[in-house]
Amino acid sequence: MQLESMYQEIILDHYRKPHHKGLREPYDVEVHHVNPTCGDEITLRVKLDGDTVTDVSYDSAGCSISQASASVLTDLVIGRAVETGLVAHGEFLALMQSKGAATPDEDILEDAVAFTGVSKYPARVKCALLSWMAWKDATAQAREKQFEPAGGISPAAASTPEGTS
Amino acid sequence: MNSDSMTEVGTIAYDVEQLRKDFPILERRVHDNQSLVYLDSANTSQKPRQVLDALAEFYEQHNSNIHRATHALGEEATAGYEDARLKVAAFIGAPDPETVIFTKNSTEALNLVANVMTWGPRGLKPGDEVVITEMEHHSNIVPWQILCQRTGATLRWFGVTDDGRLDMSAIDELINERTKVVSLVHVSNVLGTLNPVAAVVARAHAVGALVVLDASQSVPQLPVDVDALGVDFVAFTGHKMCGPTGIGVLWGRRELLEELPPFLGGGEMIETVTMQASTYAGLPHKYEAGTPPIAQVVGLGAAVDYLSNIGMDAVAAHEKQITAYALEALATVSGLRILGPTTAVDRGGAISFTLGDIHPHDVAQILDGYGVAVRAGHHCGRPIHQRFGVSASTRASSYLYTTQSEIDALVVGLEKAKRFFD
Repeated sequence: MQLESMYQEIILDHYRKPHHKGLREPYDVEVHHVNPTCGDEITLRVKLDGDTVTDVSYDSAGCSISQASASVLTDLVIGRAVETGLVAHGEFLALMQSKGAATPDEDILEDAVAFTGVSKYPARVKCALLSWMAWKDATAQAREKQFEPAGGISPAAASTPEGTS
Repeated sequence: MNSDSMTEVGTIAYDVEQLRKDFPILERRVHDNQSLVYLDSANTSQKPRQVLDALAEFYEQHNSNIHRATHALGEEATAGYEDARLKVAAFIGAPDPETVIFTKNSTEALNLVANVMTWGPRGLKPGDEVVITEMEHHSNIVPWQILCQRTGATLRWFGVTDDGRLDMSAIDELINERTKVVSLVHVSNVLGTLNPVAAVVARAHAVGALVVLDASQSVPQLPVDVDALGVDFVAFTGHKMCGPTGIGVLWGRRELLEELPPFLGGGEMIETVTMQASTYAGLPHKYEAGTPPIAQVVGLGAAVDYLSNIGMDAVAAHEKQITAYALEALATVSGLRILGPTTAVDRGGAISFTLGDIHPHDVAQILDGYGVAVRAGHHCGRPIHQRFGVSASTRASSYLYTTQSEIDALVVGLEKAKRFFD
């Protein structure tokens, strides 16, 4: 049975009891991303304090893989430097594009290494990446805001990526 | 032959095990040597050996372009292509084969009709109305949205009742003297619902509106007679009816096809061309610009022969019987909610459902692990999922080769999925 390679216990644990779920105040930016092939959605908020990610909160509807991935993501970025989160993002993206061949760095990805099996299923890679893409988008927008002059016109706070089905 | 595989359909013995031998792919094993249980035929049907052989024979023996090559192969290819048109016309009860237009698929056929109503004698104007339904496939929603954007016409739609039927209560207000075209699905690819086409046609024609029927799910499963249906256009696709991908059909009434402007411009659809202007070929070539999918048309002709040999009455009776069996079997799965009619009355074979809180992607993934192929997602029908308050569903869909034991395998797989995510 190959199902266990995808549905690792760590993934099922995060799915059943997601961490940091729910939308919270305060936040700098809120984004809404969808997976056009299946209708999975996430609304995600990011709060930065200088170079530190002070909070990531989210409300999402989707499969166990997308739910667990969002939970794992928040564990990896909340309370850490933005740069650390972006490194994890890069590692996770590479892992998901590896078709099961990568040996992930557990020091960087922690629980996210459990998604190695998911990368063998092309149809599910997008599920795993949904929250990560939303976080990267929201974080980029939050950083842009930091460099704006006070009272400046802020870019659109919400965005939806183009469908790529 | 056992009693499970033999059912009496009228006076004909329908032997599903014998039919399955025509489909090489049904012998496939997947993931750790599991038998394939293919329950995704509303997505695309499998292809019998007879169709695969026709494709190979065309390329090996007759391959040539059509309608222009003055050599033996060109004549053979042209004859094969036009012979398929005659077969398709007979299959759908079209009295005039020249009203059978070959397209890429149903999507292109529906876009064709929407496009030729942007201009010309039946071009829409602000104030005109287009009526569709909430249970349409995206391919019968988006082209009409685009038509309305381009012309300033207004898009309206039938709602759907809680039990998955078309809400006919406001039909006289919905279809009115401003309505220029009504486009609806014959059998829903999500709910399975068979729609009351005659009542819609009667009202639409009473106010002078055209009726377009998306028959993508019905032509493969039911005897369809376009003339008896009374509609003005019918769209369907080859790959859901044992034929190849890349070939679809638009049937239309001759006087409309002659009156409406062309869709795609190019070779084969012209009469004469000057640098200033062109005149157009007669039917069906006016709507078949460019080199068509010749082998696929020949393959569709073979698919039509295959279905005709079984008999569409028999195919429909099997579909009804297996759908009834599946609906009863699924009713035993606790936490399972069917979207659409729960009995096999006025219903096709697509059954979409939710299973507790388990996401359809996860349901389908577990089923796939046991060799059961279903579809998960919104099946290109996001609005109808929204109507029922869900973002996605799992869909099992049967066809002429589906057996009761395959439905049993589905039910076993669903119970396993429930335990997995418990």
